[in-house]
Amino acid sequence: MKKKIIETLGFFGLRVCLYIVFAFLLIFLYDIGSKGAGTLSWEFLSQAPRRGMTEGGIFPAIVGTFFVTIVTAILAVPMGMFAAIYLNEYAKQTKITRIIRLSIRNLSGVPSIVYGLFGVIVFVNILKFGTSILSAGLTLGLLTLPWTITSSEEALKTIPNSYREGALALGATKWQSIRTNVLPYAMPGMLTGTVLGLARAAGETAPIMFTGAAFFLPILPNSLDDQFMALPYHLYVMATQHHAISQVRPIAYGTALVLLLLVLGMNFSVALLRYKLRKIRKE
Amino acid sequence: MVTKAKIETKNVNFYYGNKQALKNINVICAEHKVTALIGPSGCGKSTFIRTLNRMNDVIPSARVTGEILLDNENINQPRIDVVELRKKIGMVFQKPNPFPKSIFNNIAYGLRINGIKNKRNLEEIVENSLSEAALWNEVKDRLDDNAFSLSGGQQQRLCIARSLAIEPEVILFDEPCSAIDPVATAKIEDLIHKLKENYTVVIVTHNMQQAARISDYTAFMMLGELIEFDNTDKIFTNPSNKLTEDYITGRFG
Amino acid sequence: MKKKRFSNLKERAIKVFFFTNSVFATLALVGIFFLLLFTAIPAFKEINMGEFFTSTRWNPTSPVKEGYGILSMVVSTFMVTIGALVIAIPIGIGVAAYLSDVAHWRVREIVKPIVEILAGIPSVVIGFLGIVLFGPIIAKIFGTSNGLNAVNGSLLLAIMALPTIISISEDSLNAVPKTYSEASLGLGANRWQTLIRVKLPASLSGIIAAVMLGMGRAIGETMTVMMVTGNAPAFPKGFLSSIRTMTATIAIELGEVPYYTTHYYALFAVGFVLFIITFFVNMISDVILHKYQEREQ
Repeated sequence: MKKKIIETLGFFGLRVCLYIVFAFLLIFLYDIGSKGAGTLSWEFLSQAPRRGMTEGGIFPAIVGTFFVTIVTAILAVPMGMFAAIYLNEYAKQTKITRIIRLSIRNLSGVPSIVYGLFGVIVFVNILKFGTSILSAGLTLGLLTLPWTITSSEEALKTIPNSYREGALALGATKWQSIRTNVLPYAMPGMLTGTVLGLARAAGETAPIMFTGAAFFLPILPNSLDDQFMALPYHLYVMATQHHAISQVRPIAYGTALVLLLLVLGMNFSVALLRYKLRKIRKE
Repeated sequence: MVTKAKIETKNVNFYYGNKQALKNINVICAEHKVTALIGPSGCGKSTFIRTLNRMNDVIPSARVTGEILLDNENINQPRIDVVELRKKIGMVFQKPNPFPKSIFNNIAYGLRINGIKNKRNLEEIVENSLSEAALWNEVKDRLDDNAFSLSGGQQQRLCIARSLAIEPEVILFDEPCSAIDPVATAKIEDLIHKLKENYTVVIVTHNMQQAARISDYTAFMMLGELIEFDNTDKIFTNPSNKLTEDYITGRFG
Repeated sequence: MKKKRFSNLKERAIKVFFFTNSVFATLALVGIFFLLLFTAIPAFKEINMGEFFTSTRWNPTSPVKEGYGILSMVVSTFMVTIGALVIAIPIGIGVAAYLSDVAHWRVREIVKPIVEILAGIPSVVIGFLGIVLFGPIIAKIFGTSNGLNAVNGSLLLAIMALPTIISISEDSLNAVPKTYSEASLGLGANRWQTLIRVKLPASLSGIIAAVMLGMGRAIGETMTVMMVTGNAPAFPKGFLSSIRTMTATIAIELGEVPYYTTHYYALFAVGFVLFIITFFVNMISDVILHKYQEREQ
């Protein structure tokens, strides 16, 4: 009898742990949703900040985040896919392969601020890209790379070996079998994984603080060499660096909501796509 | 053995890393005949058949020694192009493995990668191959359907047709009926019987009756060794090795 | 024959191309290491290495005497991290155990993506919530003037570490062979006893790896701690005092420091130390995870 009570209590305790996590999440989403919604308007999304950033919108920050994410994608997506193809399709169990895999796992644990430092040395100073969209995008690209490699490899792993062997047995070369009989089926999975990585990159602040993000820049960037405003950095500025913090709190909430919607929206659409693909594959 | 040897193996050893999986295998696969490989599971028969089209190349730690001669030419020489080799030696796998494409495109796949693009040509070869695999009448109205919509037995015949399309000289069957039902199995056995008119067939099977029904020669393997190799009639009526006798009479395996 | 040679060449070129791309990951890691190292070295022309590691005084802009001791920020970093783990480990393992042993698989299918949402929230948003949401509450509970202190940082880091800890712990709990729990249940133990005495010990290595990974993340997290811990560069007096971690120090000062000064190099030295710490924490978790994955196979 006592045993039974302990079990019931124990399981209840575990359940409480889950409720705590849910509570945090709900409070987060509710707070930002309810307080940010009031700020959200077409003007907020389509105008530049005005009057020392106490009024106006966040349009330049949206545009900046968009551009920098594109640069990130150009570096991290193809390179991540290519590396994953090598690791899953070509690599044998050699020492070099092990070192590469170890590097990838370790890269994914490097703190984002360290990527920022690396970006300052390499992209800003050595390569002389200055503080710019290019430097920031490349820094974020490097940060995203281990993620895109890992998720692309996961997608390649889901393709049955029989597709590869079947093609080889028909006289396909290795590359032919990969190109015609593996990649077409792995591509949706690879893309969804990389979009998740990009969503994460879009929300990063530390790596772009010193590589290109601007405190305040009412004009839109018109080349890769320009500095830019970015949503996460703008939120940081509005939350801690502004001279009239309580006055701009609604703007901070609005920015947080937009950033959250952007990142979670990307996550959600990917999850939806994955679910649909799985359903199709099952049929 | 009177007919010409299409494939001949001489002292073939095979290793996965340090583990030896085949020991001194000497087998002759006669042209336009069916050669069956039987033996308890894990005896190396699948490993052996995969050495014949160098499918084991895919396995990282695999190593093969000895000679495997196709038309008296060693297929493991560096100057042999494995891609050309596999065009000559087709393979049908244990589990039907159609590609997730339409029926038509499954057959056309091997042709396209070999550079045949002409639509009329493709259509003709697809029809011929499907007819040869006794599948044409069942699928001629639904060539654009996904290959997965076929039954297991049909899928396996589709895979056979897919190999036939690139006009191989030899076809390897790796337990082709282990995943399909008896009726479909009978159809495939009939098919194999017909195929030997034009092709040399090597088949791995765990089913002794099947070997007895369709093959001309039978090799019995155990623990990576070739125990006995002879005419199928001889093996099943009057085996010379005690182990073979024990196996075919069902005392183990 | 000629055609064959050409196509072989092409195949090889393709392989080399993909290989080059994957080697880039190794180059990046090695590159980060050496660039940080070489940028950090000039700092020690003027800073005594012993002082750097043992002094608690970090004051690079002092007009009287510059101070370059990182001990305060290292201690601060470990303080918030340990605080975070104290919160995240029980909750994380609790949720993992709930998902693996109590919840219906349907519930699990729904809960897991919801936990993933937490992982998807950008750190700057979490930091913002720490300011506007937790700050005032913490100030009220502990009677401090504001809620920007180590407790706030630990709480946020715990929330950020939870998804990692939950998902890897759950994987390792699920990887415990069914026969173990069946044997335990067969001996008359109930599910709770089986969980506590059989499954948790059996999956301990995986859970430790999960905790280490969460720890690596917490140590390296920048935005949240910088936004909510008050950033006083003194030696921390306690969890209710304002602290400044290594990451926050870099983030706050790098923007204002002139390039190629001792201060600039010193910040890279801090970055290098941070890199080494997280590298080892991640390596340990990697080794543990790998061992138990190999055992699985």
